[in-house]
Amino acid sequence: MTTETKSATPAKGISRRSLLKTGAAAVGAIAGSGAITGFPTIWAQNPITLRQFGTGVSNINAIAEKCKEDLGITLEMTATDSDAAAQRAVTQPDSYDIADIEYWIAKKVFPTGVMQPMDVSKIKYYDKIVPLFINGKLKPDSVVAQGTAPHTVGFVDAQDSKAFAKEPTQWMTLIPTIYNADTLGIRPDLVGREISTWADIMDPAFKGKTAILNIPSIGIMDAAMIMEAMGNIKYADKGNMTKDEIDRTIDFLIKAKQDGQFRAFWKSFDESVNLMASGEVVIQSMWSPAVAAVRSKGIACKYQPLKEGYRAWGGGLGLAAHLQGAQLDAAYEYINWYLSGWVGAYLNRQGYYSAAMETAKAHMSEDEWGFWVEGKPAKGDILSPEGKVMEKAGAVRDGGSFEERMGKVACWNSVMDEDRYMVRRWNEFIAA
Amino acid sequence: MTAVTTSGEMKAGKAPRSLVAPRWLTAYLQATPLLLILGFFFILPILMIIVVSFWDYDFAGLYPDFLTMNYTDTLGSWVTWKTYLNTLKFTVLTWALTLVIGFWVAYFLAFHIRTTTMQMVLFLVCTVPFFTSNIIRMISWIPVLGRNGLVNSALIKLGVIPEPIEWLLYSDFAVVLALVHLNTLFMVTPIFNTLMRIDRSLIEAARDCGANGWQILWNVILPLAKPGMAIGSIFVVTLVMADFSTVQVMSGGQSASVALMMKNQMSLLQYPAAAANAVVLLVVVLLMVAAILRIVDIRKEL
Repeated sequence: MTTETKSATPAKGISRRSLLKTGAAAVGAIAGSGAITGFPTIWAQNPITLRQFGTGVSNINAIAEKCKEDLGITLEMTATDSDAAAQRAVTQPDSYDIADIEYWIAKKVFPTGVMQPMDVSKIKYYDKIVPLFINGKLKPDSVVAQGTAPHTVGFVDAQDSKAFAKEPTQWMTLIPTIYNADTLGIRPDLVGREISTWADIMDPAFKGKTAILNIPSIGIMDAAMIMEAMGNIKYADKGNMTKDEIDRTIDFLIKAKQDGQFRAFWKSFDESVNLMASGEVVIQSMWSPAVAAVRSKGIACKYQPLKEGYRAWGGGLGLAAHLQGAQLDAAYEYINWYLSGWVGAYLNRQGYYSAAMETAKAHMSEDEWGFWVEGKPAKGDILSPEGKVMEKAGAVRDGGSFEERMGKVACWNSVMDEDRYMVRRWNEFIAA
Repeated sequence: MTAVTTSGEMKAGKAPRSLVAPRWLTAYLQATPLLLILGFFFILPILMIIVVSFWDYDFAGLYPDFLTMNYTDTLGSWVTWKTYLNTLKFTVLTWALTLVIGFWVAYFLAFHIRTTTMQMVLFLVCTVPFFTSNIIRMISWIPVLGRNGLVNSALIKLGVIPEPIEWLLYSDFAVVLALVHLNTLFMVTPIFNTLMRIDRSLIEAARDCGANGWQILWNVILPLAKPGMAIGSIFVVTLVMADFSTVQVMSGGQSASVALMMKNQMSLLQYPAAAANAVVLLVVVLLMVAAILRIVDIRKEL
C-alpha cells in the first residue's frame, strides 16, 4: 500500500520522485533502505515538535537538523508518494502539522477544509517570494503557463475560505518551497542531430529508441507537449483536457506505440537512468537529477531545452487546520526560517529552485550562484550539498539561467477534471 | 503421511488412533491451529477483499456501499480482456516450457545419476540461483539482452548479425525467458520427487516384457509422474498469473499483466477497483487449478 519512509534523506534529492510518484512497494523499499540511518534525533528538552509529511521533495534530513539547530524546533518528517499524500492530507488531518505537497495536490486537498491559509503579514519574506507564485509571471511580461499554475491555487479570499482566490490576497495556501522545469533528456553522442522540439521524440529516425514515463498525470503532459509541437492539436488547456482532447492524445500514443516508436515506458527514477545509460533509448522524458546520475557515470547526457518550453512542477508547505497557539507560532517561525536563505541555497545546489531566490543568494558562493542560477560557466568544481563533485569547472547548466528556464514554462503539473477518464484511457494505452 | 504433507493437502480427518479423547474431538483439536492460521491470514483477508470490491471510492477514501460498478467497469472494458489474454498467453507459454524443461531435468536427476549423494548435490546446484532474490535474477537479464548487451555485442563482433537484435529485450520474448528462468525449479522439484518414488521394479518389469526406452517413458514413467507435473503446474500457473514485476521490467512497461493492472489501480488509491480485479483473478486461477486437479487426481495418485 502506501510506501512510507520516515525522514527520508534522498541522496542529492535523487530519490525524490522515485519515492513519491511510483508508490511501488519495490521502489519504495529501495529508496527507503537509504533512509534507515536517517531517523530524526529526538530532543527531549524541547517541547515544540512539528510533524511534516508530504511528497518528500524537501523532506531532507539536513534541513530538519539545521532547523533544530537554528530554531530548536524538532521536525518529524514523513515522505509518501503523491497519491498517498493527497489521501492522507484529507483523511488524516490530525496526523500532521505541516503538509509538504505539490500545488496540484493542494487543488484537491485545500477545498476539503483540512488546512488553514497563512496570513502573509506574518510571512517575513513574503515580498521576496518569486512572483511566479504570486501572479504566475516570472517577469512582468511573461505569459502565464497552462495547467495547475501555483498562483491559481496559492490564495484564498479569507481565513476561513476554501475557495481559491483569483488575485493575490492576504491569505496564502502554500508557501512555495521547491520547483523546477522538466524537459526531455537526450544522449548527444547518439542522437546525431540537433534536438530542438518536443516533436523530435516522434522522429522515425529514433524509432524504438525513445521512452516516456508511465505515470499518467505527468506522462499525459509530456504527450500533450509532443502533440502540440507536432501540430496535431491545439489544447485550450493542456492541464485540463476535455474528454475529446484526452481521446485524441491517447489514440495518438497508441498508434505510436504500435508503430514501435517507444522502447520502454519507465516508472521509476532508476529505470530512466538505466535506459539512458545503457543506450537503449537516446531521447526520453527525464527528470533533472536523473540526467545528473547518467552524467556521473561518465556518459554524455543533456537536459535539452526545447522551443515549446518546459513542463514545470512545484511544491510548498501548508498548515493543518488544527494548528493553533504555540504550535502555530512555531510553524510560522519555521516557514520564515525556511525562506530566510539557508534552505534555499541548499535546494538551489541540488539543481532545484527555491522560492525566495534573493535570500538564498546570500548563502551561496558567487560561483555557485553563477552556475546554478545565472547560467554562467562554472569557475571551479560545482559541489552537491553533500560535497560530491557534480560538475567540473567550465560546465554550463543545461537550459541556462533561472530566468531562461522558469521563464519558458509551458505548463504545470496538474490535476484534470476528467482525471479518472484520463487514467482509464492511459491504462488502455499501456495495455494496447 | 509424508505424501499428504508434501502435497499441502493437510486434511482434518487424518487423526491417528487416539487412546484418551474421543476420536472426533482429537480430530477437531488437531485441525484447530491450521484453521486459526488459515482463518486469520487467508479467509479473513479474502472476505475483506470481496467486501471492499463492492465499495465506492474517490481519491480521498473508501465508502461502504454495495455497488457492482467495480465489476462492470472491470469486465466491461476491453483493456481487462486484452490484459487477461496477454497474461494467459504468458502463463501458457511459461507453463509449457517449464514443464518440458523441468521434466527432463528431473528425469536426468532421477534416472541417470546413480548415487543419491550426487543426486542431492546436483539438485542443490539447481537451487543455486535461488540464493539471490528473484528481482536480481530477473534484472540481470537486462545487460545480457540489451541493445548493447552481451548477446548482441558478441553476435556483432562474430559477424553473425550486422545490427543488434531489438526483440531480445523489452519484448514478449524477454518476459517469457525471464518467467521460465524464474519458475522452472518449481516444476523440477515436485516432478523429481514423484520420479524418485517410482518403484524401479516397474521399469524392470516393463523391460522384461519387451518395452523399449520410449515405451517405458511414455507408458510407465509419464503416467506415474503426473501428480508431480500437476503440482508443478499449479505452482507455475498461479505464480505467473499473479506476476507483475517480471512483466513490467522485462517488457519495459510495454506489456500489461493482470497484477500490474491491479498495482496501477492501487497506486492511484482505487482499492475497490483493484479488489474487484483481485476477485476476478482469484476465480480465474481457482478454475485453472480445478481444471488441473480434474485431469490429475493428486490424492489418488500419490
